[in-house]
Amino acid sequence: MFITLGIYYLAPWVRWDRGFNAPDQAILIDIPNSRAYFFFIEIWPQEVYYITGLLIIAAVGLFFVTSLFGRAWCGYICPQTVWTDLFVWVERIFQGDRQKRMKLDQSSLSFNKFWRKLATHLTWIFIGLITGGAWVFYYNDAPTLMSQILNFDVPWSVTGWIIALTGSTYLLAGFGREQVCNYMCPYARFQSAMFDEKSLIICYDESRGEPRSPFKKGTSWQGRGHCIDCKICVHVCPAGIDIRNGLQMECIACGMCIDACNNVMDKLSLPRGLVRYDTELNQKLLEKNREKKINIWRKRTIFYLSILLITSSIMFYGLNSRSPIELHVLHDRNPMFVQLKAHKIRNGYDIKILNKTHEDKVYALTVSGLERAEIKVLGAGNISPENLKVFADSVGHFRVFLTSYKQEHLRQNLTFYVEDVKTKIIQQKNSIFVSGKE
Amino acid sequence: MIQDDKDKHIDEFSGIETTGHEWDGIKELNNPSPRWWVWLFIVTIVWAIGYWYVYPAWPTFSGDGFRGGTQGRINWTQYKQLEESQNEILSRRAENLEQFQKNSIEDVMKHPQLFAFAVAGGKSAFKENCAGCHGSGAAGARGYPNLNDDDWLWGGSIENIYLTIKYGIRTDNPKTRASTMPSFKGMQEEDLKQIAAYVMSLSKGWRYTAEGKTKYEQMCLFCHGQDGVGNPSLGAANISDSIWLHVEDSNPGIVSQIENPKHGVMPAWEGRLDDATIKQLAIYVHSLGGGE
Ligand code: HEC
Ligand code: HEC
Repeated sequence: MFITLGIYYLAPWVRWDRGFNAPDQAILIDIPNSRAYFFFIEIWPQEVYYITGLLIIAAVGLFFVTSLFGRAWCGYICPQTVWTDLFVWVERIFQGDRQKRMKLDQSSLSFNKFWRKLATHLTWIFIGLITGGAWVFYYNDAPTLMSQILNFDVPWSVTGWIIALTGSTYLLAGFGREQVCNYMCPYARFQSAMFDEKSLIICYDESRGEPRSPFKKGTSWQGRGHCIDCKICVHVCPAGIDIRNGLQMECIACGMCIDACNNVMDKLSLPRGLVRYDTELNQKLLEKNREKKINIWRKRTIFYLSILLITSSIMFYGLNSRSPIELHVLHDRNPMFVQLKAHKIRNGYDIKILNKTHEDKVYALTVSGLERAEIKVLGAGNISPENLKVFADSVGHFRVFLTSYKQEHLRQNLTFYVEDVKTKIIQQKNSIFVSGKE
Repeated sequence: MIQDDKDKHIDEFSGIETTGHEWDGIKELNNPSPRWWVWLFIVTIVWAIGYWYVYPAWPTFSGDGFRGGTQGRINWTQYKQLEESQNEILSRRAENLEQFQKNSIEDVMKHPQLFAFAVAGGKSAFKENCAGCHGSGAAGARGYPNLNDDDWLWGGSIENIYLTIKYGIRTDNPKTRASTMPSFKGMQEEDLKQIAAYVMSLSKGWRYTAEGKTKYEQMCLFCHGQDGVGNPSLGAANISDSIWLHVEDSNPGIVSQIENPKHGVMPAWEGRLDDATIKQLAIYVHSLGGGE
């Protein structure tokens, strides 16, 4: 819980040097300038497919983990669980354990009750506030925004987000709790599709625990189960179920019942693991007194794993082979070509050069596949095909004219090249030269 | 079928109370909506009331075109929002337009930002005012010149384009560009043929007769120039290239132009468009590629 929380709160403060003109926040979603930064990755809006890839990886990763370990995500990493645990922890600090809390709830309003309740709720709201506060840091430069917040000089949108997230954290973790998992969360619903009898789930060892009954000191364990029906597993369950009835939809596999039951078993000096992580298959094997086995390589897991590997290698390849230059060429459609005086033909192109680096660049434009071609770039000032300036981290838009003679093919294929004059990195794009109506 | 409210019906199977409604033996269970849902519903209603108070919400069918409605506390309307953003754009444009007033076209064209502004502004003004005749890509049609090419009747320098747009061609404007090709009706058929053959030879490299060339030089050279290259100061077309405006580059075409000359009319835009817009249009037309 504290690891997850720590990551959430501290991540925006991690710095990553990107050179002069760029933000140095490691994880930043810069909406006004439409860029997303993630350590060494920098995504432009037209590259959202990287986000798609990331989401596929996240989803399939989740499936993979689920089919192996059951709802490990729900129990350990899901923000809803983490924040609920945090809130319950606060509750325990101020109002004591479950019994005390129930007593407090039943007692009539007193000063004691009042301050304990107030403190709980105020702490909750405070946690909500810093949660919302941390959220907005992902979208803004954290140190700048921090000083803005401390001076109460915050843009409206940011205030809105903080308020909304404070509210939702307070409501969902303070009051919603397991209801969110039961009624609101879609993932909880379709997870069952990823389970099979070899997935790790939380099980109560029926063959060992039953028949259950309260235990009196000094009596024998003979002829009875190890479950003493103390119901501690039910009390600690954040989802409010009785694990002894078998796996249920509400179970988020947080393992609280395991810890609780193990404590009780220790006190009774019985072996731990009456409630434990196990697979359904093992339970069946156990009943037949056969040996347990854990089988990781199953059709299902191999399938998930291969999707995972394919997607990540595509992503990896994509990110690695990503050029710092991107070239777009749009051939004019109206008019397709222009007949000039001296039997020459001219075609016009809209060319965009994306400079994804953090330096101002000069590019040279050339063309191949068209004989006797003249390139001309339209524009004011000192501009020529060998001297196309594009500012750091921006898009250069150029009007380019190619002039040549009537070609053998009325639609002649050709290729444009841009070359970074300094680094000699080249990017190319195919286009056409039209020299007559077909 | 509504039954007496007093006796509750409990469904045997699920142990849940039924509403007492029954259809063909199927009973409706009484499962109330979850509490949080009900509260959310109430919150939306409260929100809506607040919204009515703050924003315009209810139509009152008054005002112009039934646009009336309750005003809302903060007095916000989409019309006002539109007006504000339009004003913002206008004020931003005003800065650039001022530069157009102050500077000559040549200076504007040297300035990358103003140049880009002019091309963009000219493009939209062109779509609005000129596309009807010249086509949206300015590629023209028979009788309406293609403005992309480098063949100009009246000259392709930025200054000439500007003057053509401003004063028009063969209009009532006192400074209009105007010229007339005289009709040579009654010319000998043989002469017509020879001249036409000579004119065609200029662009196609075909053979011609010496008489044809002589006749051309006597009657046409004054306006269309040596070898038919045209004369921009007279608006006389270049007839030595493959770009033809009024007639086809063929015997019937040329003969018809000699006997019944066609002339184009292009409206003057002075007075209809302000000077800054005309400058932008000139820069845009010049930027299409044929500008000299
Ligand atoms: C007084 C000047 C003048 C003389 C003389 C003259 N022209 Fe023209 N001609 C023009 C003008 C002006 C136009 C263009 C009219 C327009 O574009 O509206 C023109 C247009 C033409 C065109 C049409 C070009 C096209 O692109 O469609 C042809 C062909 C032509 N002239 C041939 C001749 C020939 C042949 C002669 C001699 C017999 C001749 N002209 C004499 C002024 C002249
Ligand atoms: C009513 C139709 C019409 C409209 C509208 C029109 N034009 Fe023209 N334009 C013509 C014609 C016809 C000619 C050719 C005149 C001739 O034959 O000499 C012409 C000629 C021109 C020329 C000179 C071409 C040359 O070769 O020298 C320019 C430049 C031009 N137009 C620009 C414009 C612009 C810019 C607009 C919009 C503001 C516009 N025109 C609107 C009909 C039109």
